[in-house]
Amino acid sequence: MSLPTAVRRRVFLGVAVAALIAAGCKPSGGGAGTGTDIPVGEFASLTGSEAAFGRASHNGTVLAIEQLNAAGGVLGKQFKLITEDNQSKDGESATAVKKLISRDKVVAILGEVASGRSLEAAPICQQYKVPQISPSSTNPKVTEMGDYVFRVCFVDPFQGTVMAKFAAKTLRAKKVAVLTDVGAPYSVGLGTFFKERFVADGGTVVAEQKFTKDDKDFKAQLTAIKSQAPDAIFVPAYYGQVTLIVMQARELGITVPLFGGDGWEAPELLQGPGAAAALEGCYFSTHFSPDQDSPRAKEFVKAYEAKFGAKPDAMAALGYDSALLLSDAIKRAGSAEPEKLRPVLAATKDFDGVTGKMTLNDKRNAEKSAVIIGIKGGKFVYTETVNP
Amino acid sequence: MKHPGARRWFLVAAVLSLGLGWAQDRLDPYFVDILTRIGINVILAVSLNLINGHTGQFSLGHAGFMGVGAYTAAALTLFAGPKLLPAGAGFWVEQLWFLVALAGAGLVAALAGLLVGAPSLRLKGDYLAIVTLGFGQIIAVIFRNIESLGGALGLNGIPARTNLFWAFAAAALTVYVVTALVNSTYGRGFLATHDDEVAAEAMGMNTTRYKIVAFVTGAFFAGIAGGLSGHFTLTINPKGFDFNKSIEIVVMVIVGGMGRTVGVIIAAVLLTLLPEGLRMLSGVSPSLKWIGETRPLLYAILLIALMILRPQGLFTWKRKKGAVVA
Repeated sequence: MSLPTAVRRRVFLGVAVAALIAAGCKPSGGGAGTGTDIPVGEFASLTGSEAAFGRASHNGTVLAIEQLNAAGGVLGKQFKLITEDNQSKDGESATAVKKLISRDKVVAILGEVASGRSLEAAPICQQYKVPQISPSSTNPKVTEMGDYVFRVCFVDPFQGTVMAKFAAKTLRAKKVAVLTDVGAPYSVGLGTFFKERFVADGGTVVAEQKFTKDDKDFKAQLTAIKSQAPDAIFVPAYYGQVTLIVMQARELGITVPLFGGDGWEAPELLQGPGAAAALEGCYFSTHFSPDQDSPRAKEFVKAYEAKFGAKPDAMAALGYDSALLLSDAIKRAGSAEPEKLRPVLAATKDFDGVTGKMTLNDKRNAEKSAVIIGIKGGKFVYTETVNP
Repeated sequence: MKHPGARRWFLVAAVLSLGLGWAQDRLDPYFVDILTRIGINVILAVSLNLINGHTGQFSLGHAGFMGVGAYTAAALTLFAGPKLLPAGAGFWVEQLWFLVALAGAGLVAALAGLLVGAPSLRLKGDYLAIVTLGFGQIIAVIFRNIESLGGALGLNGIPARTNLFWAFAAAALTVYVVTALVNSTYGRGFLATHDDEVAAEAMGMNTTRYKIVAFVTGAFFAGIAGGLSGHFTLTINPKGFDFNKSIEIVVMVIVGGMGRTVGVIIAAVLLTLLPEGLRMLSGVSPSLKWIGETRPLLYAILLIALMILRPQGLFTWKRKKGAVVA
């Protein structure tokens, strides 16, 4: 009775496996850089919880590739951007990147915004010796995964330092409360770096509260913070919850400014009834402001607005810079072979991106300036630039 | 065992997977990636099928056990391995240690299964679903707050040990153990528990015991799948083992047909291939690009259509064994 079942079971397993292997052996044709175009892979969170960031970054990259191609490409070849969506889900990025490397034979991988997902792709890029340029993953761990992993943004220790200085000097805060999302590596990391620096500079952290990604009610944490009467509250979290946190803080009668990192920056931050009013007088640090005074940035803002009908944010600018850096490296290397690109990328010095001049240090992190944006009159207003 | 045929096929599968492991380097890495995920998903789906299908319980915590296994195995190769093994240990020592890590992953997950199952499986009905749902959440929160296990960032830099041999040999072992268990004299108890708990108890059967055995065995294999998956993606974090992952596995079991091992295997294979197939389809021509953008939506629509058209599961040709034998 059960023997035929067992036989059938194996046959099915066998047939499925055989069919897949047959497909897997198919020659996929075309080696890296041998065709008339240079294939560039991008993996991004185009759908799902971090889609606002993923889309902005993707738009920036698309704009850069279009402009580069319109200007004649590089080494006489046009770029071909191949994008894969990971749905903001963990466990999808590795597969997407393997597909880009093995099927599409890309010369480099651009991505991702979220540090957690960049970390998934990094060992794969390292294994197949294809450079990965992350536009905006700020957690230090990302580039520690190997010497093929680069980024065009600053890292969280720097961002934490910037905000600690800002809190002490501009906000004149002596007592600060910290509210972190324990489910996000980004949030935990940034919160820790901020604390270390702020305390080292003579400030006091009077309250440390935690929440997780799916929380919608923060009143318990905020009440605990309120009882300590801090001068300001540091919230290194993503925009979705920041709006709720700030609104609930105002409801509880907390009037001190709240401030955070680049996770705040999305138009969605100010959306919803009462959000803009509640966030008035709050600040966050980021990589780029469309109002910052540089000809390079102005040119980019104009082109971006013409194409997408909206002002670019930091994620868009970093997405743009990641593609630009790659093109610059290919030009300098005189070749689009992944293994030749690596040392050239590592030697990047004073590269002029829209987010500012950047030099990649020995840890393959960009050393560059940060921008602080304040919220005034329901708008993001450029406040100051902080140099490393 | 009463099924020499099953054992013979198990050996064939093991040899086949050995061949696959050998051929791995000659294959396209993208396909190796998909094949490995198929192997891991087959383990997860078939082991959950023992609990949800054959024994008729409803566990929503399979990803939790997977997480326990993933962290245990990763800790064994990352932290314990370098201390216990001589420096510069060769390939075979590494592989042997990985086997130890996988066994450890399974055992710790099984222990977790026992801890969760023993008190809650005395209950009847939907309570188990809620308890296991809670267990999944607790596991994620625990891992998130253990700093030595990386906290929210998880563990990174796990050595790449999983290959096609491990994935498929473990899948074959899972299918063999579950099939042999259910078809054995002892295993009739699972089906009896599923079909009519009251009647089974009236016959003098200890249904709680059967439920616990099924639960612990399922957790054991989920732990192994977790260990394989950690050494395959090379980075694990608590978010990867959340409720959504459990649901993914439950969907495989339901689509395949509760209690039908063949169906569940095919469902695990198809549901792993489906998102990648849609990805490929969207790459064929620019006019099909929308498929890539609406991938999650299409996936959901396909599932809804499936449940309306074939609520008993896709792959159910034969009458279910339990209904005949019990």
